[in-house]
Amino acid sequence: MAIDPKLAGELKPAGIHVTSFESLINWGRSSSLWPMQFGLACCAIEMIAATMAKYDMARFGAEVFRPSPRQADLMLVAGTVTKKMAPLVVRLYNQMAEPKYVIAMGACAISGGPFKQGYNVLKGIDRYIPVDIVIPGCPPRPEALLDGLLALRKKIAGEKLIGDHRVRHADPKGTAEFPVPEYGAHDLQPAANREIWNPDPVVHEEAAD
Amino acid sequence: MISDATPLSAPTLEGTDDDQLLRVSLGPQHPSTHGVFRMNVVLDGETVVRLKPVFGYLHRNHEKIAEGGPYLHAMPYTDRLDYICPLTNNWAYALSVEKLAGIEVPERAEYMRVILAELTRLINHTAFMGFILGDMGAWGSALMYAFREREKILDLFEDLTGARMMANFMRFGGCRYDLPEGWIGQVSRIIDDYGPFLDEMEQLLIGNEILLARAQDVGQLPPEQLVNGGVTGPMLRAAGISYDLRKVEPYGIYDRFDFRIPLGEKGDCYDRIMIRFLEMRESLKILRQAIDALPEGDFINPKAKLRNFKPPVGDAYGRIEGPKGELGFHLISDGTTDPYRFRVRAPSFVNLTLLEDMCLGLDLADVVIILGSIDIVLGEVDR
Amino acid sequence: MNPDVDTILTRLRGALPDATVELRANPGPAEQHSLLVAPADLPGVCRFLHDELRFDYLSNVTGIDWPDPVLADKVAVPEDDEDSGDPGKATEPQGFLEVVYHLYSHPDRVGPLVLRVRTGDRTDRVEIPSVVSIWRSAEFQEREIYDLFGVRFTGHPDLRRILMWDEFVDHPMRKDYVAPDDFEYEPTPHAEVLERARTHYPATEKD
Repeated sequence: MAIDPKLAGELKPAGIHVTSFESLINWGRSSSLWPMQFGLACCAIEMIAATMAKYDMARFGAEVFRPSPRQADLMLVAGTVTKKMAPLVVRLYNQMAEPKYVIAMGACAISGGPFKQGYNVLKGIDRYIPVDIVIPGCPPRPEALLDGLLALRKKIAGEKLIGDHRVRHADPKGTAEFPVPEYGAHDLQPAANREIWNPDPVVHEEAAD
Repeated sequence: MISDATPLSAPTLEGTDDDQLLRVSLGPQHPSTHGVFRMNVVLDGETVVRLKPVFGYLHRNHEKIAEGGPYLHAMPYTDRLDYICPLTNNWAYALSVEKLAGIEVPERAEYMRVILAELTRLINHTAFMGFILGDMGAWGSALMYAFREREKILDLFEDLTGARMMANFMRFGGCRYDLPEGWIGQVSRIIDDYGPFLDEMEQLLIGNEILLARAQDVGQLPPEQLVNGGVTGPMLRAAGISYDLRKVEPYGIYDRFDFRIPLGEKGDCYDRIMIRFLEMRESLKILRQAIDALPEGDFINPKAKLRNFKPPVGDAYGRIEGPKGELGFHLISDGTTDPYRFRVRAPSFVNLTLLEDMCLGLDLADVVIILGSIDIVLGEVDR
Repeated sequence: MNPDVDTILTRLRGALPDATVELRANPGPAEQHSLLVAPADLPGVCRFLHDELRFDYLSNVTGIDWPDPVLADKVAVPEDDEDSGDPGKATEPQGFLEVVYHLYSHPDRVGPLVLRVRTGDRTDRVEIPSVVSIWRSAEFQEREIYDLFGVRFTGHPDLRRILMWDEFVDHPMRKDYVAPDDFEYEPTPHAEVLERARTHYPATEKD
């Protein structure tokens, strides 16, 4: 599996590049991410700004924004996810083809952010879909989005496609779809997908005192 | 036919007895809806026979959150209402609280507010040009030009307020900081460059055959109907009605400046686009005058209380001419530190009232242009 | 500029002698005094204001919840001065919902003329006539008040929920609305938060 770096170094001047299929596939995937053209709120404006001339996201191979989830492999959750919107975000995620990645951009998508007290605001999209990268900020600057994109590229480049610890999309038993919550009388039903969202209750010691 | 009893919020095709009619749910994830707006459209072939907007996908409970804290606590939330132009939102809220509590604003702060508001108007209208051309199919190129200029003004805002977008800059009775050194010089340079940019943009647009074909004679309504529907801002003035709050009730110091209110003739989408060009040129005029006349002095009223601020019992409705139309805040004070009622009258929300009337009988492709010409921001529509 | 409410009230009483309209002074510095109209008289008053006094533009419609006398007592209202006590009359026997309209006149450049309408209570008698047939701009704003406050506007062409989803049953902008408790809690010395956190994670309690 492992490639002898010495051998690779010797062959390189001769124009021969020795690598593994895993690295090659991951290199290809990480170098041309197609984000979904999908803005929720304020962060979407900074997302657009990141694709424009000054910040030029095209440098990192991620400028082809697709309006259809079927053609996209990166979901940038850019903005506040309200409870009314959350089922649609999950449905869009389910419609994307594997491999697919999620960046939660901005405080709202991470945890509800400044709108956390709101009755119609979902306290973090990670309650329903798995999130790969979070970018804090309100809104994050375009540079922060580019940094998050580079972090995602690094993550993809290190993915294991075979073996015991392989990633979800390379695992035949991995789930690509997550249940879509339904509108209830007071709240979404269920309020979170407990299979993927189980926060560590950090209050126990203090609460017991 | 579809009866009125059919629940239009159901996104399915069930209930359409007449197989000639097609029911399309446009949005909330759709590249033309400027965010998470949704329209349930019923089509006869390509013609729109019914259109019902569906709101609430970005309902972030601004009003409830603002009522749960002190008056100043709501200021950063106003940034996020219409997130393309935070500083005019700041001003509208500060103005309403000043009305509620009877606070005077020093001269220098008034000038600073005018400069910031007109720069915000430039940002909004420039971004509008990019987005509406994107709606017509020129996705990207016009937006590139628009955002190039927007970034220059955002750099100014960052120098002043510390944030590109979410300024949180105005306070009751003035502004948060004084202008940094050399800032006015930068504004002056940007104003000088903005005229040539507008010339360039106009050259791109005027006479463009696609723009003429797509925008002319689309989405007109009689002016009386627009007034009755509560439409304000460039939308109303494009139909020839001279109603600009900067002239009608000159808040702040707008009565000191020499500027004109551009008016359209037909009120179609083409007029709505062109009126924004003319407004930007008037904004440049105001900016030039404001910079030249900027006095020295306090940037905030020294008597204004920031902590434990309790306006007297009563209510006040304050409004300003935002870039998208009349932005109003209705505040009710019960004498405590928190507002009893905090209501936002958002221009984008009310301007959508007549969306169906404008679209009926036109093609589906025209709906996209009409929605673009209204210039909505979902943060403000759903609040 | 603010309109001359006294003159408008005189003209209203002259034209509609049967209508119940009262002047409610605004004690604050804004001096936007309002007219309190009985719900049944609202369409007639609005029609008169629109047609005769040329208030052709309805800018804003606000819904307000005045829950119960306990909360209204908190309002700092001088006991002896009943008329200036608005908003939040401490003398009201029970809670009610209120709708406030801000009217402007395009031709005369005056406004806002503030109209107030109150429902009988907060549960059963929550009906107010709709003004959509007079000012179309009320259409979505009335729907919003129906959604968030629960005021039923009779005669509204399409009274459905607008911001919340259709299956939702509460009226979240009311003062006594309790939002679903779906927070995560962080360690904090705040006693109230800790108390709620205990109910959230009962299994992890040590004692």
